[in-house]
Amino acid sequence: MAITDLEPNQEALARREAVRTNGLERYRRMVEIRAAEAKIREFHSAGQAWGTTHCADGQEAVAVGLAAAAKPTDSIWIAHRVHGLGLALGCSLESVFAENLGRQNGSVGGIGGSFHLTEISVGLIHSFTIIGTQLAQAVGGAYAAQVQGSEMVAIAQFGDGAVNIGVFHEALNLAKIWNVPVVFLLENNHYAEFTRVDRMTPIEPLASRAEAYDMPWSVLDVQDVNDVRDGLGEAIDRARSGGGPTLVEAITYRYLGHSRSDPAAYRPAQELEAWAERDPILVNGRHLVATGMATEGELARVTEEVDSTIEAAAEAALAGPPPELGAMFANVWAPDR
Amino acid sequence: MKRMRMNQAITMAIRDEMAADNSVVCYGEDVAEAGGVFKTSVGLLDEFGPLRVRDMPISEMAILGSAVGAATLGLRPVVEIMFVEFFGVCLDQIVTQAAKLRYLTNGAVTVPMVARASVGAGRGFSATHSQTCETWFMSSPGLKVVHVSDGASAYGLLRSAIRDDNPVVFLEPKTAYGTRSAVTIGEEGIIPLGQAAIKRAGTDVTMISLGQLVSSCIEAAEGLNQIGISVEVIDLQTLKPWDRPTIMESVARTKRAVIVEENPLTGGWGGDLASAIGSGLFGELAAPVHRVTTPDVPVPFSRELEFQFLPSVDYITAQVSELCQTNKVPDPWWRPYQ
Repeated sequence: MAITDLEPNQEALARREAVRTNGLERYRRMVEIRAAEAKIREFHSAGQAWGTTHCADGQEAVAVGLAAAAKPTDSIWIAHRVHGLGLALGCSLESVFAENLGRQNGSVGGIGGSFHLTEISVGLIHSFTIIGTQLAQAVGGAYAAQVQGSEMVAIAQFGDGAVNIGVFHEALNLAKIWNVPVVFLLENNHYAEFTRVDRMTPIEPLASRAEAYDMPWSVLDVQDVNDVRDGLGEAIDRARSGGGPTLVEAITYRYLGHSRSDPAAYRPAQELEAWAERDPILVNGRHLVATGMATEGELARVTEEVDSTIEAAAEAALAGPPPELGAMFANVWAPDR
Repeated sequence: MKRMRMNQAITMAIRDEMAADNSVVCYGEDVAEAGGVFKTSVGLLDEFGPLRVRDMPISEMAILGSAVGAATLGLRPVVEIMFVEFFGVCLDQIVTQAAKLRYLTNGAVTVPMVARASVGAGRGFSATHSQTCETWFMSSPGLKVVHVSDGASAYGLLRSAIRDDNPVVFLEPKTAYGTRSAVTIGEEGIIPLGQAAIKRAGTDVTMISLGQLVSSCIEAAEGLNQIGISVEVIDLQTLKPWDRPTIMESVARTKRAVIVEENPLTGGWGGDLASAIGSGLFGELAAPVHRVTTPDVPVPFSRELEFQFLPSVDYITAQVSELCQTNKVPDPWWRPYQ
C-alpha cells in the first residue's frame, strides 16, 4: 500500500461506527456539525483563524448520510466544503478546529488550512480544492481496488458546480468503460459560489447527465439523513457487487454564502425560509420523536452536550502550537524506499 | 548489453518493473493493443493482460487523475501522455494534485506514479507537438523531472522512476525513439534519479545538456577537440532534482560552462543552472556562463526553419569555440529579447 502504515485512529473509527449504527448518534453528529461551523466562524470573527472558510450549514444530512452508508474501509474523495463531511466521517472536532487555526494538532498538521482534511483510518483520503479533480482520482482508486481484488468502493463527493468542468465528464466516461466500483455523489446545494445552478446548467436533474454515459443515476430530494444513507447505500452496494458506477444527486441547500466573505445577497426572498422548514436536524429530530427513538427532552440534552463538547474541543485546538518550521519541509518528498 | 532502439529500451524497462512488482500498471492512449504510437509498450498487453495494461480514451485529465488516485491506493501507474503539450489539458492533475497530495495530507499518502511523454523538435510536428516544456514541471515542488537522451538512459532512469515513491514526469525525445544504441538490461542497467552523467571528459569547458541535444553536444565536442578545445559533456538526465555536485565540480575544473538547451531563452531551465553556477563559482570562472538555446519563438514547421530553430552541431561548435577563444559571451544567431 502507498498509504503509510499509520496507526489506526481509534477515536475516528469509533466516531464513524457511531453514525453507522446508531440513529441518535446521527442526530447528534448533525447538531455537532452545525455548532462546529458556527464555532469556526467565531474563530474567524475573533481573528483567531485566517484565510477563508466554506461552511455547509443546511447540508448535514448529506455528510452524515454518506458517513453512515460507506464503510470505513471505502475510500472517500471530497470537495472543498469540508467541515461537516470531515466530522461526519470521523475526524475529531479538535483536528478540524485546529486545522482551521493552522495548528500542529490540525487534521493535516496545520499545513493545509480550512479546506484540507485527511483521516485515512476512516477512508477519508483528502478534500480536493480544485473543482472536480477528485472524480478522476476516485476512479483511479476504484481501479486500484479492482487490480488488488479488494472490496473497497471509492466515493467522490462534489458540488453542483462541478458538473460543468471537463474532468466530471472524463471521470464518468472512464468509470463506465472500466466498470469500476465508484459512486459519484453530487451534492446539489443550489449554488456554485455566487451563482445559482440553473443559470449555468441547462438540464435538470443534474444527475441525468449520467444518461450520456449509460450509467445508473438517482436523485435524493430529501433532507433526511436516513434516506440519504439508504439511497447512497444502494449505489455503494451496486458498486461493491460488481455493478459499476452510479451517479447519485443529493439535493440540499446551503444556508450561508459560498465563503466567509459572501453574504449571499443574490438569494431570492423566502428561499432560505422555505428550506429552513426542511432543516435536516429538524426533520431527523421529528422522525426520532415520532418513532419513539428519542424524546424532545433527550434531543434538547444532545444539544447541550454538544455545546460543551464544542467548547472543550475549541480550547484544545487553540492550545495547540503552530507547526514547527520543519513541517514546511517535511512532506514535499516521499522518503527513499 | 544489447543493441536496441530507445522505444524498445523503454518497453523493456516497463516490462521488467511490471514483472518485478504486481502493483505496476501501464496505460494511455493506444498503449495496449497498438503497443503505443511510438511503440514504447509493444507486447505488454500480451504478457500482463488487460487489467494491468490498458487503452485509454482521449481523456488526459482522466488518465493522470486516475493515476494519482490509483497511486494513492497502492498501485504504481506508468501512464503515457502522448505529447508533452497534452499536459496542458490536465496540468492540474500533475502539478497541483500529484505533486501536492503528500504535502497536503501531512505525509499520510504517497503518489508513486510516472507520467511519460514525448518531447522535442525535429520531426516536422510544428508548434503544438514539438516543445520540451520541462519548466512546466520543474517549478512545481513535489515533482521529479527526468529527460532522457538515449536507450541506455531511458531504460536505466525509467526503472528508477517507476520505483520512486514520488510522482515523476519522464520525458523522451521523439527523434531518439528509433535510434539504436547499446543498452544494459537488468539491475546493473538501472541509473539512479538525480545523477548527471559525464558523457565525455574535458578540461577547457563544460557543456551541460539534456535529451536529444546531448548527442549534438558530443558531436560538437569531438570537432572542437580537433581545433584544440577540450570539452567535457554532461548529460543532466534528471532535471529535478539536478545534480549540483557533479555540475559544480566539473565547472570548477574547466572554468567555463555552456548550457545547451532545447527551450526558448526566456524561462528555460538553463537560467536556473546558470544562476547557480555563476553564484557558486563567482570569481573562479574564465568566462561568463553561456546559454545556447532556441529563439524565443514557437517551433516552426518548414524543415529548413525547424533545423535552424534547433541548435545544430555547427552552431553549438561555433558558440563554444568563440566563448573559449574570447572568454566573452557570443551573440546568438537570432536577436534575443525582442
